[in-house]
Amino acid sequence: MSEAITQRLESTARQIRRHIIAMTHAASSGHPGGSLSAADMVTALFFKEMRIDPQNPQWPDRDRFVLGKGHAAPVLYAALAERGFFPAEELKGLRQAGHFLQGHPDMKKVPGVDMSTGSLGQGLSAAVGMALGLRLDNKDARVWAILGDGELQEGQVWEAAMAAAHYKLDKLAIFIDDNGLQIDGPVKEVMSSYPIVDKFQAFGWNVIEIDGHSMTAILEAIETAKAVTGRPTCIVSHTVKGKGVSFMEDQVGWHGTAPNAEQAAIALKELQ
Amino acid sequence: MMKKIATRDAYGRALAQLGGEKADVVVLDADLAKSTKTIDFAKVYPDRFFDMGIAEQNLMGTAAGLAAVGKIPFASTFAMFATGRAFEQIRNSIAYPKLNVKIAATHAGITVGEDGASHQTVEDIALMRVLPNLTVIVPADGPETEGAIRWAAEHKGPVYIRLGRLGVPVINDEASYQFTPGKAVTLRQGKDVSLIATGLMVSVALEAAEALAAEGIEAEVLNIHTIKPIDAEAILDSAARTGCVVTAEEHSVIGGLGSAVAEVLGEGQPVPMGRVGLKDTFGESGKPDELLKKYGLTADAVANAARRAMARKG
Repeated sequence: MSEAITQRLESTARQIRRHIIAMTHAASSGHPGGSLSAADMVTALFFKEMRIDPQNPQWPDRDRFVLGKGHAAPVLYAALAERGFFPAEELKGLRQAGHFLQGHPDMKKVPGVDMSTGSLGQGLSAAVGMALGLRLDNKDARVWAILGDGELQEGQVWEAAMAAAHYKLDKLAIFIDDNGLQIDGPVKEVMSSYPIVDKFQAFGWNVIEIDGHSMTAILEAIETAKAVTGRPTCIVSHTVKGKGVSFMEDQVGWHGTAPNAEQAAIALKELQ
Repeated sequence: MMKKIATRDAYGRALAQLGGEKADVVVLDADLAKSTKTIDFAKVYPDRFFDMGIAEQNLMGTAAGLAAVGKIPFASTFAMFATGRAFEQIRNSIAYPKLNVKIAATHAGITVGEDGASHQTVEDIALMRVLPNLTVIVPADGPETEGAIRWAAEHKGPVYIRLGRLGVPVINDEASYQFTPGKAVTLRQGKDVSLIATGLMVSVALEAAEALAAEGIEAEVLNIHTIKPIDAEAILDSAARTGCVVTAEEHSVIGGLGSAVAEVLGEGQPVPMGRVGLKDTFGESGKPDELLKKYGLTADAVANAARRAMARKG
């Protein structure tokens, strides 16, 4: 991958992070921590990998994206706005009554959202169904999803993981945003979902482990996933909750708390 | 003796036919294809049949994903597990995004029989009726099932169809029956009492009307095959004519047809009313006919409720 491309993507990821801060601040609610940890993966998918058309959000041949950890809606909305699905000014309407940017992604309201999510554990099943349906139609399209490490505690995830391998869905690949934190504390203390790599391997998946904030590593993992046949791919991405904002990094308190004006100003400065 | 057919059998047959007519129809099951009769489809169209194993939550979520890419999925398992185990998947992944999934659930009610209460849902209508965007259908017999399945395949939006294991009398004409969603079917006209029934209790209500007629009581019989949206107009019209109503369903009297009709009458035309159904109880093991008798889902019980309701008229 050329350095120019990764640099461009890193710059876009910073812009996405600025949106996340600004929109959660404007909403006085929302989930900045897990949005910031997923920002690099989302950027790589929406600005480099996925075949999507902002002018035609329902294009049948497009790649699909499912945000399993739907509470990270701000990162998805920021990417969609930057990509041109709707004007960036709309981002400040997040979570406001009457505005289309719901607290969790709503496919009926937000152009570019392929599946309504928010209730953890349900996204991967929808991704499995999409991959099955697209394959029936002999479409070349791929299905991408991002799940949280805490989300893996939901039993439905493993039902879907079993099905994806059983049906050999090699056009399906997921990222695990392994930031190690959930609302009640560290994942390994609340209810350990580890070892994630071993679990997905045992379920029959191709598994890749990367630094989820290295754009180069993310892009390489995507290429590896695309080259694998007969199996879905799980990219276990080691990330930092709140990544990019010094006082939010690795702090569980920033899971579902919005920055106030002063905090937002500091964060935005750090993200320049 | 009237011809009998289980609504699940009619479902399997309709589904296999639909498979040939609509290439976008796909079918999912949870290791119960032989019981739900989706096997009829699976045999002819194996590429479009997905056994999801014993995993109902993922069954519903996968069906949602298939619908999101333009397929018309029929998701089948026992009604107990479809609506109970996977309730929240139906709510959040199907009803909320209004995805085009048809949940065709079999083995509803106590006529599951010997398997007992763990497998006999008498709560599914209540659970499905409360969900926005979802159409809820309970066919009374084979021809109505086929009509409902065909309509569901054409309709854009989520549908719940409640089917049974037990053979039930064919009361509609197989050649000419036309299923019209949301429209009550008046099977018998009368001026003394309205018997409003759904599912297998429709034929039982017809039997009750016959018995009442022998006493000179003219009962009107309405088949409410669409629980939601309910035909409020037909219910109010009938209640205005007869002055009292009895509902009959193979479901808890809490939250099902009886509740739906009470809501309509309470807001529009309050009249004396009785509800025949399971009285806030679970079922048990036994032969279907024995259970119907034990839990009061008989023509006698409906007729008695009708007499009581009539006695309360002003």
